[in-house]
Amino acid sequence: MLNLSPQDMQAIWLSAQVATAATLISVPFGFAVAYFLVFVRLPGKALIEGVVNLPLVLPPVVVGYLLLLLFGQSGVLGPLLQSLGIRIIFTLKAAVIASAVVGFPLLVRSIRTGMEDIDERYLQASRTLGARWWDTLLTIILPLSGRALLAGMTLMFARSLGEFGATIILAGNIPGVTQTIPLAIYEYTNTPGGDRMALSLCLVSIVISFAVLLANESVSRKFRQRTTR
Amino acid sequence: MNLDVSLRKNYGGFQLDVAFSLTENRCGIFGPSGSGKSTLMHLLAGLLEPDEGRIELAGQILFDSARRINVPPEKRRIGVVFQHAHLFPHMNVRRNLLYGWKRTPEAERRIDPQALARVLQIDQLLERGVNSLSGGERQRVALARTVLACPRLILMDEPLNGLDEELKFQIIPYLNKVFSEFAVPLLFISHSLHEMRLMADEVLVFEGGHMQQRLPAEELARRSLVTGSRGYANLLTLRGPRPHGDLWLYHWEGNELILTDSGAAGDNVFELAAKDITLFKRHPEASSARNMLPCRVAGIFGAGNRIGVELACGSGRLICQIVPDSVRELDIRQGAEVIAVVKASAFHRLY
Repeated sequence: MLNLSPQDMQAIWLSAQVATAATLISVPFGFAVAYFLVFVRLPGKALIEGVVNLPLVLPPVVVGYLLLLLFGQSGVLGPLLQSLGIRIIFTLKAAVIASAVVGFPLLVRSIRTGMEDIDERYLQASRTLGARWWDTLLTIILPLSGRALLAGMTLMFARSLGEFGATIILAGNIPGVTQTIPLAIYEYTNTPGGDRMALSLCLVSIVISFAVLLANESVSRKFRQRTTR
Repeated sequence: MNLDVSLRKNYGGFQLDVAFSLTENRCGIFGPSGSGKSTLMHLLAGLLEPDEGRIELAGQILFDSARRINVPPEKRRIGVVFQHAHLFPHMNVRRNLLYGWKRTPEAERRIDPQALARVLQIDQLLERGVNSLSGGERQRVALARTVLACPRLILMDEPLNGLDEELKFQIIPYLNKVFSEFAVPLLFISHSLHEMRLMADEVLVFEGGHMQQRLPAEELARRSLVTGSRGYANLLTLRGPRPHGDLWLYHWEGNELILTDSGAAGDNVFELAAKDITLFKRHPEASSARNMLPCRVAGIFGAGNRIGVELACGSGRLICQIVPDSVRELDIRQGAEVIAVVKASAFHRLY
């Protein structure tokens, strides 16, 4: 039943690459933004919060189109990128960027919830014990929000595996270059007689997602054992 | 300790406005909840910013609104022991203990972690996770963690509040040992008069965001004889219990007392309510009460129908509460000789 063509294998491999890269690249930014939203007191925070969350509510196609306006050859950053010899559109980079932008709010939300759950008095204790803000960040906030970070990474990874709308606009659907699992499935369903192949990839998708969830659950349990009060 | 404070803070409809300067090494801040004690602690530690005012500790200005000085908490070197310990849950006892110590410049590290851990009897717990500790152990670890940061002043915010009655007073000898052995100035915040008397020499009384009065802890306790609902309690340090039939004999300031309760080999602190002492003009040959102490009246205070009589027995002092009629009938005045009679079961052991 599960017969995968070399092209399918490529799609699976690309999906894994894109989701991993998008998640890993986003983690430091996501952590910084969450920290900012939770612990820094500044006017205009609501605006930043809105911008961060926008990709969550916008249709991914719209996000893809906006990214195209930003990174396209005639886009805002187009000339700059061209002069640097960097090409983004229709490359794997585009797929990573599309996934990163669409998954980012999920990551931030999760980390943020985790940070908000930290009892403020742990932070006060660490400061009165002589730890500066970055010290507190690394030794108290990071470990205590580790579980939330992990959950956010899982969510984001899963979301990236399924990213379709923004990716197809920004990265296209080029087999072997930007064709990830969802794009391959889309192509199969548009090809007469491709149903079986589509189903195989769907199964692969389910298995990967399930594996990610299980992995998250087991690591998360270890964290909980370490940090419960 | 040299602490100069003058602060104003509006905080959610509550106004704190205080000014005081402290020189005693063991001070208490006493007041009901909502009197601004905790707010003051947060302001001193730098965890909350005053609207206006000045804080100076040991010659260093920590906060001055006029000169726009506000030293952040991590640089104030003021330690805080919180009500619920707040040990870092992701670290074991050892890492918790050394958290502040590692962040203290080597030249400032006056206290040896091993020695402190031994004094507090937590040296067996070092590798344990903090979640498996009992309430008393947690509070001792929290204290050690703060002391090891070698602060110039330690603020303790109701540190015994979360503990049950029995445990509460078991911690006090540890606290006393640490503060006398390692000589760290202390500001002890509490709404318990007993804790004030056991931990502080001088007490600032807070109410409604203002400092109402400032007096020695013993004096505060004597006032409670008149105003407090529970009256005055004598806190007696009794030594070396020996069995005496089915009772226990203790030494107290040149006297011997007979108690129903056994105690530890060294010092034991017992509470004896002022109203549980009966005065007799002459020795009542026989009585069901086991203790009859010849005393001399050293002073009389109080008001209304509550009169406190200060008695000198041997080198010890006792406060006894009686009514004005008794004062007249027994002809109690300074220098008068009386017999204080106390039942063996009237003593209540604190620790």
